[in-house]
Amino acid sequence: MPGSETVRFAGGRGDRWLAAIVWLAAAAVTAGFLWILGDLVRHGAGRLSLGFLVEAPRSAGRAGGIGPILVSTAWILAVSLATALPLGLGTAVLLAEMSAVESRFALWVRRSLDVLAGVPSIVFGLFGNALFCVALGLGFSILSGGLTLACMVLPILIRATEEGFRAVPRDIRLAAAALAMSRSRTLFQVLLPAAAPGLVVGVVLGFGRAIAETAALIFTSGYVDRMPTSVYDSGRALSIHIYDLAINVPGGEGNAYATALVLVAILLCTNSAAAFLGERWLRRGYRTV
Amino acid sequence: MKGGGRVAADSLSVAYGGRTVLRDVSLTLPEGRVTALIGPSGCGKTSFLSCFNRMTDLIPGCRVTGRATLDGDDIFAPGTDVVALRRRVGMIFQQPNPFPLSIRRNLELPLRELGVRKRAELDEIVETVLAGVGLWDEVKDRLERPAQALSGGQQQRLCVARALALEPEVLLCDEPCSALDPISSGVVEDLIAGLRGRYTVVIVTHNLAQARRIADHAAFFWLRDGCGRLIEDAPAERLFAEPRDELTAAYVRGARG
Repeated sequence: MPGSETVRFAGGRGDRWLAAIVWLAAAAVTAGFLWILGDLVRHGAGRLSLGFLVEAPRSAGRAGGIGPILVSTAWILAVSLATALPLGLGTAVLLAEMSAVESRFALWVRRSLDVLAGVPSIVFGLFGNALFCVALGLGFSILSGGLTLACMVLPILIRATEEGFRAVPRDIRLAAAALAMSRSRTLFQVLLPAAAPGLVVGVVLGFGRAIAETAALIFTSGYVDRMPTSVYDSGRALSIHIYDLAINVPGGEGNAYATALVLVAILLCTNSAAAFLGERWLRRGYRTV
Repeated sequence: MKGGGRVAADSLSVAYGGRTVLRDVSLTLPEGRVTALIGPSGCGKTSFLSCFNRMTDLIPGCRVTGRATLDGDDIFAPGTDVVALRRRVGMIFQQPNPFPLSIRRNLELPLRELGVRKRAELDEIVETVLAGVGLWDEVKDRLERPAQALSGGQQQRLCVARALALEPEVLLCDEPCSALDPISSGVVEDLIAGLRGRYTVVIVTHNLAQARRIADHAAFFWLRDGCGRLIEDAPAERLFAEPRDELTAAYVRGARG
């Protein structure tokens, strides 16, 4: 594209120093990421195989694979997203569409979300243990873990979705009102498709936070590395498996690396899928059929 | 074919957060005719327009006093069905505002709200209204494409088609051509002029030449003591040729010279 070249720093030594520093900072960040990735691949890739993904762990995880752990992780994520999505969408709609920006109630909801977003995950773990495992009697289970993660993911999900709704121009709402369209039809068929990219971003961010979570799950979904048979079973998530292999199991480092590689691969895949989907959506003018 | 609704205002005033922007306007808009509202920016023309489909409801702190009527019924009477009102009184905005959906969905959504569900019926209405605004031949092969990919003028015509699909009696147009290039502007202007006889059309415009070309009736607003007032209204030809008020004369002349 003509006219879009970067404006170059011209002249003084100070400017050149500035340029060098910013370049260095960016290079350091990228290098850090590549180093981690390289380290994981170097130590973990050798152990990766289809067998590793489906087999059960043996000898406390030193040998064997991560089959049941992948299944437990999927269950925990499914429970947390299935809970967080409707709650988050509902709250985002309330905040963005149904209440005035400055209303006291909306202000309180937002403030509590900000606090919630800043709470350390170990605190969520304790809270989840006290509420879901003990008070509600769910014990150490996939259900307890999933619900605890849902609480953690909610603030992220709600904020991103709310931003998605707010990004829809006011013109569109006026057009719908002037066309005698009901609020619910406007919401579901006009605003929701338009806000979908925000929702997708929220889900991906929430998914990323949930799948990487360890502290909140230790006290809620537990350590059991058997194949779960229902959501009432305890199940070990990927991140906990990595933690356990690295800290508690002498000789478990190899499989810890391989598991971490799987985790990072899943994250990279979901993020790129979301970016791809989001872009397609935007280019097609949020078309829905 | 119906000839359009009868719209009138009686001592109508509009205030935003206690500040009056339009005071004491009484005006009857001839049925089935095009009425142009002219005057400088900020003199309450758009506020006046927005009373008749109660878009004023959507502005926080907006208060309307006096009477606005459609076929004799008070638009602001308690218990008025606003959705039913907006079906009878359509609106075209300054910026074309199609939904970020396909061309077809843009037209179908409001119709579905109205209870039209049969595929054949929807298709027929879509074709009729698009043909009515001269857009059918341009878009018939790409009804599933995003409406926002159309040019500004095409988008505005789509918005007119969308409003007309509900078969309103009155069409309120808030500077519908001012965001368009001259050629598109001309097309939309002709389209609006062509609605004469079938709908009661009210158009806010800053383009006096345009008002002269398309209006049957014209009303001149002016800012006096910080709020908008109706200075004079008359058949357009008379208002432009022999304005009775000095302000009108100066405005019409000034804008001419």
